Amino acid sequence: MTATGETVAGERFVGVATHREPPILEVRNLVMNYETRAGMVSAVEDVSFTLPRGKSLGLVGESGCGKTSIALTLMRLLASNARILGGEVLLDGENLLELDPEEMRQRRWDDLSMVFQGAMNSWNPVYTVGEQIRETMDIHWDPKPTTAQARAKIEELFKLVGINPEMIDRYPHEFSGGMKQRAVIAMALACDPKLIIADEPTTALDVIVQEQILEELRKIQHDLGMSIIYISHDIAVIAEITDLIGVMYAGKLVEIGPTSDVFANPKHPYTWLILSSTPSITGPRRALAPLEGEPPNLLDPPSGCRFHPRCPFATQQCVDVEPPLEEIAPGHAIACWNYERVPSTLARVET
Amino acid sequence: MSIDTYETGAETAAGDGRVRVKVENLHKLFPISRGLFRKPTEYVHAVDGIDFEIDEGESLGLVGESGCGKTTTGRMLVKLEGATEGQILIRDAESDEMVAVTSINSREDQKEFRKNVQMIFQDPYESMNPRRTIFDIIAEPLAVQNMGTTEEREKRVVELLRLVGLTPPEPFLFRYPHELSGGQRQRVAIARALVMDPTFVVADEPTSMLDVSIRISIMRLMLELAEKLGVTYLYITHDLAVARYMCDKIAVMYLGKIVEMAPTEELLTNPMHPYTRALLSAVPVPDPSYKRPPVQIEGGVSRAINPAPECRFIARCPFAIEVCRTNPHPPLDDRGNEHVVACYLVGPDGEWTGAPRVELDLHS
Repeated sequence: MTATGETVAGERFVGVATHREPPILEVRNLVMNYETRAGMVSAVEDVSFTLPRGKSLGLVGESGCGKTSIALTLMRLLASNARILGGEVLLDGENLLELDPEEMRQRRWDDLSMVFQGAMNSWNPVYTVGEQIRETMDIHWDPKPTTAQARAKIEELFKLVGINPEMIDRYPHEFSGGMKQRAVIAMALACDPKLIIADEPTTALDVIVQEQILEELRKIQHDLGMSIIYISHDIAVIAEITDLIGVMYAGKLVEIGPTSDVFANPKHPYTWLILSSTPSITGPRRALAPLEGEPPNLLDPPSGCRFHPRCPFATQQCVDVEPPLEEIAPGHAIACWNYERVPSTLARVET
Repeated sequence: MSIDTYETGAETAAGDGRVRVKVENLHKLFPISRGLFRKPTEYVHAVDGIDFEIDEGESLGLVGESGCGKTTTGRMLVKLEGATEGQILIRDAESDEMVAVTSINSREDQKEFRKNVQMIFQDPYESMNPRRTIFDIIAEPLAVQNMGTTEEREKRVVELLRLVGLTPPEPFLFRYPHELSGGQRQRVAIARALVMDPTFVVADEPTSMLDVSIRISIMRLMLELAEKLGVTYLYITHDLAVARYMCDKIAVMYLGKIVEMAPTEELLTNPMHPYTRALLSAVPVPDPSYKRPPVQIEGGVSRAINPAPECRFIARCPFAIEVCRTNPHPPLDDRGNEHVVACYLVGPDGEWTGAPRVELDLHS
C-alpha cells in the first residue's frame, strides 16, 4: 500500500475528493520506447495518471499515440523491442514493473485482465467457449475449480454479460460477433480481477450491438464496482461510458479530467479541435473544424510541445519548451502554454 | 493555419435537379451451394428490390448495419457485380442520355462507362498495388483509356495531387504506397477516382479506416470536391453521424430493403421507421450529458436467406402487429417532404399508429 501522501499527490490529476481509499491504479512518469533499426521510437513519454477504485478512465487518441502501448505496459505484455525507461505502475500500491516474470504472470487475469482489440476473433474454433474460459480458471484459480464450480461461475458470468447460459457448451462459430465479444468480457471477469483494461472493446461491431455491449460494461462497473480502463479512438464511445478521460497525442498525455468537464470545457487545443470536428447526430449541425496535418513521426518528435506543428495557437514558447501537465481546475489537468487562447465554445454552428 | 470554419457541402453545386442515377427494382441474390452438383435452392437476398434516384451534384447516403446490402448495391452501380434483376440507369457524360448499366457489355462501352463512373474503396492499404508508384496508380485509368502522352499524363496527375491536397505534388509522384500514411493514401485513392473526371462516384466507407483528425480532413476534401466538380456521390457508411455531414439524402437499408429515405435533416428530426429510430438511438454521442433513450429493438441481425414475404424487420420489431404478419413487405410510400417509409404502422402523413414508442429528441 502506498503512503497516504503519495496517494494525495496522485489524485491531484483526478481529484475525486470523495475517495479517501487509495486508488486502484497509479501510473507515474511512465516512459516507454521501442527500439527499432531506425532508432528509438518515443511511444510513451512521461505519462502519469491515477484511477480511483470503481471508476472508469478512457484513454483516447489516434493510432500511434501510445494508448495501446500504455495498456500493454500495464499488462507487461510488451514486444521484445520495447524498453521501459522509467516510471512506476502501482496496482493497489504494488509496482508491477518490479515484479519478476512469474509473479507478473500470476497477476495477469487474477488482478488485472485485458479485453484485447479484436479478441472476439481469437477464440479457438475447436473448443467450446466454456472450455476456453475454464482453461483460464484452471491456470489462475488456487485451488483449481471443480467442474461444478467452474460451470457455476461461467454460467454466472454469462448471465452477467447477457449470454444465455446454455451457450456454455457451444463452439465459437455458433456465436454472433456481439456474443463472442460478450464472451471475451466474461472471460476477462473469470478470475475476479481488480482492474480491466478494454482495448477498443466495440470497434468493428455494428452500432446497435455496440450500444448493448457498452450497456453491459456500464452494468459491470456499477454492479461489481469494477475499475475499468477503456482505450478507444472513438471519443463518442468514451463520452458514453467513462468517468474520467485522458487525451493522448504523440505519446504524451495532453489533457485529463472528469469526462463531463473535459467535454464541456476542453482546454487543450488538440482536445478542442477533436471535439469541434467530431460529427454528431445530435444538436445543430456544426461546421467541421480544420485539423491540418498528421501526427508526428515519433522517431524524431517535434521539439517543445509535440502538438505545436499542428496547433493554431502555437507560439515560440511551444517550439522551445515542453509544457508540463498542470491542474487548471479541480481534477482537470492539461499540458499547454496557451490554453487561455482556446475558445470556450466549440466551433461555429452552421447556419 | 487559420481557425476559420468551413462550409460543409449540404448545398453542393447542384445541377438543375436532373436525375443522374436511377435504380429500379434492383435485386442481387447469392446462391448458397450445398454440395457440388446439387442446384442451389437457397439464396441470400443481399439486395431485394430497391429503388432510388440521385440528382445531379447530390449525394445519397446508404446507411445500415453490416450485411444489409449497402456495399453490394454500390458494387452493382459501378458494375463490379451484375444485378440478378432490375435496372440501373446512369446518365452518360458524353451523350447526356440515361444508359442502362446492364446494356454495357462490349469492351469499348465498358471503357466509356469507367470514364464516367468510379469507386473509392474502404481500405486505402489494400486497394493499391504496392509495387507501383503513385504516378502509375493515379495515371492507370489514363493508360487504360489510352489518353494523352506521358507528359500530359504527368501534368494531369500533378494537377490532381494538388486538388486532393498532396502538395507540393512533385515529390509524391514516384513514391510507393507504403511510404504514405493512411490519410495520404486515401487522398491518392480519391485522386485516382477523379482522374477521368467522372460524374458519379461510389464511395464505400472511405473514412472508416482513418483516424479522427485524418477522417475530418478527408470528409472536408470530398465535400469540397463535390462542390468544385459537381460530382454526384453514393456514399456508403455505417455511421449516421458521418452521413449527416456528407449526404443531402439518406437511405436506411435493412436486410436488402430500403426501409426509409429522406433528406438528411428531415430523417434525423423526424425518423419514422422503427429500425431507423433504433439505429439513431444507438449511435454514440460525443456528449456525456446526453440522455440516451432505450434502444427499441429485439434479437440480433439474421441473414436474408429465402426470406418470408412479410415485413423484413418483423423479427426484430417490438411494435409488430397482425397486419405486419399477414401482409407482404410494406411498400416504400411517400409521407410528404420527400420522406418515404416502408412500415404499416406509419400513417399517410407520417403519424405513428403503433403502440406507444420512446421519444427521440436529437435536436435539443
